[in-house]
Amino acid sequence: MAQFLFEADLHGLLKLDTPIPNAPPARWQRKAKESGPGPSPVGVSPMKPANRSHSSSKTPSKTPGKSGSKIQSTPTKAGGDRYIPNRSTMQMEMANFLLTKENDPAEESPTKKEQQKAWAVNLNGFDVEEAKILRLSGKPQNAPEGYQNNLKVLYSQKMTPGSSRKNSRYIPSMPDRILDAPEIRNDYYLNLIDWSSQNFLAVALDNSVYLWNHASGEIIQLLQMEHPDVYISSVSWIKEGNYLAVGTSSAEVQLWDIQQQKRLRNMTSHCARVGALSWNSYILSSGARTGHIHHHDVRVAEHHVATLAGHTQEVCGLKWSLDGRYLASGGNDNLVNVWPCTQGGGGDFVPVQTFTQHQGAVKAVAWCPWQMNVLATGGGTSDRHIRIWNVCSGACLSTVDAHSQVCSILWSTNYKEFISGHGFAQNQLVLWKYPTMTKVAELQGHTARILNLTMSPDGTTVASAAADETLRLWRCFEMDPIKKKEKEKANNSKSSIIHQSIR
Amino acid sequence: QLSREHQGITLRGSAELVAEFFSYGINSILYQRGIYPPETFTRVQKYGLTLLVTTDPKLANYLNNVTEQMKEWLYKCIVQRLVVVISSIESSEVLERWQFDIECDKTAKDDNGPREKSQKAIQDEIRSVIRQITATVTFLPLLESACAFDLLIYTDKDLVVPEKWEESRPQFIANSEEVRLRSFTTTIHKVNTSVAYKKDSVP
Repeated sequence: MAQFLFEADLHGLLKLDTPIPNAPPARWQRKAKESGPGPSPVGVSPMKPANRSHSSSKTPSKTPGKSGSKIQSTPTKAGGDRYIPNRSTMQMEMANFLLTKENDPAEESPTKKEQQKAWAVNLNGFDVEEAKILRLSGKPQNAPEGYQNNLKVLYSQKMTPGSSRKNSRYIPSMPDRILDAPEIRNDYYLNLIDWSSQNFLAVALDNSVYLWNHASGEIIQLLQMEHPDVYISSVSWIKEGNYLAVGTSSAEVQLWDIQQQKRLRNMTSHCARVGALSWNSYILSSGARTGHIHHHDVRVAEHHVATLAGHTQEVCGLKWSLDGRYLASGGNDNLVNVWPCTQGGGGDFVPVQTFTQHQGAVKAVAWCPWQMNVLATGGGTSDRHIRIWNVCSGACLSTVDAHSQVCSILWSTNYKEFISGHGFAQNQLVLWKYPTMTKVAELQGHTARILNLTMSPDGTTVASAAADETLRLWRCFEMDPIKKKEKEKANNSKSSIIHQSIR
Repeated sequence: QLSREHQGITLRGSAELVAEFFSYGINSILYQRGIYPPETFTRVQKYGLTLLVTTDPKLANYLNNVTEQMKEWLYKCIVQRLVVVISSIESSEVLERWQFDIECDKTAKDDNGPREKSQKAIQDEIRSVIRQITATVTFLPLLESACAFDLLIYTDKDLVVPEKWEESRPQFIANSEEVRLRSFTTTIHKVNTSVAYKKDSVP
């Protein structure tokens, strides 16, 4: 019998929810007596803490972040300067039961097992019972200290400080003019502006093409697509400047006469939008989203004279060399192909070079006007590099990291330089000296990524079209008046010799 | 060259192709995500692309060990998944998780002879996946802090863990966004690629 009494006593002691008799008064009680009825009568008894849902049971806590412990914020009401738990509200019996209960998984019903398994698969993403996860120990060291992820450098890049060497010429940092280009399509893969030898700037705004006369400032709407869903994907002037080729999203290549403002031809041979065009005298080359390039002889009825299959994704860069011997194409498949102007022995066009080094889409493609067989290419967001190639040897002459998506490259005819257009984060144009590849200047102003660049016929001005719906004209290749006179003299003397001989 | 095309794919050949893909794929991820300085990578020609591989000897050695082991396990068809985990060094938080699921056709073990699929077709498929991995930099969130990577391999439960390998936790991302990339198949092994990244917390 004694043992039951003992047990009962033990339980009584352990419960502890009745005040211990004959104990010294607790601190709060003493304090209460001291402060008397002063601060607040509520402060006499310890605060009943809220949120009493905890117990040491196995039920998963609803808030995994919280530790679910008994620590609560100390009540600031007077009478208690520390937290004292109230044991009577605790579920001591429940806790005791759960602690002492035998862990018996055999009791679980088969459906419950299924459910648990489903939960496990859900949580882990695979069946834990079926697989185990391994890793090779001895991990290699991390990148050295002080190495900053270069992407972070890219995105946090501030303006680079000007070069210490004084520029030999003044390049205005503000554009000459800013033109409105509302509704211009913000699509990296399109080529929406071109400047003719007759000084007309053609701009494709969604489904219309406008011509801006640089000399007079006059604007003409040349054409508008009949179908509302069709948009213009590329424009390109013929060398003489009297015809404009227009590529559309409906896979058509149209030829327009500027004088009469009439459409001369509508050449259909592609099956996807035509994002790139380039002229080589009477041959018009078009690149489409399928990756195919077509040559069109615009003089004959059967215009489609050749197909070049070298890209597996959209052709976005297309440029004939100035001597008409090579055609360079860049695609979304990160490849650059250099095609000869004539077919190979087998009747097929085969590229003389294929460059795979770019890690992103290649839209910027440009031939050097003063050095034969030199080609500049620029890569998209994943690549950001500008590369200069010799297409005969296939060698990469130079590479430079431009730290930003390259949309276009233009070589200058007045200086030994080239200019590149960029996107995030600065949306700037950069002038580079060739072949030293040093930055001559950076032209800032656009508030969104640059999409296209084109140059004036006199080579002094570069027009940039950007996603901020503006066209900016930068007078960055202004000729020194003395040098200009020299150049003109040289040209004049040449013509006079010819006249003499004709006589 | 003609004979190579008609050789077909054997189990061993398939295991090699897939293991090779993982080697180049992991290198590409390490370069593109900036885990290691870009100067420590060199360009090589593979799959008709220019790919970047590390020149760091320790790292190259580590990756090599993993690739060799993968080859063996792929041959035995007991590996299910390869995961590249990218986590912040400071906070040990997992920021990105590249998952390559492997489906193995176990009947290939029965020596039925090589399967019909040209090397070129497989190469083209692999090329597409690698290009996609490269292009992901356009949408993946910037990795702000210095990061380290980890390689996890999910194998069959009853595999004997070889020396130098240890068991690990899956290392999931708490709140993630997932993007599926292309898959390729050698007709014996099929690899599905996806990348999960930590959803940007509300600024």
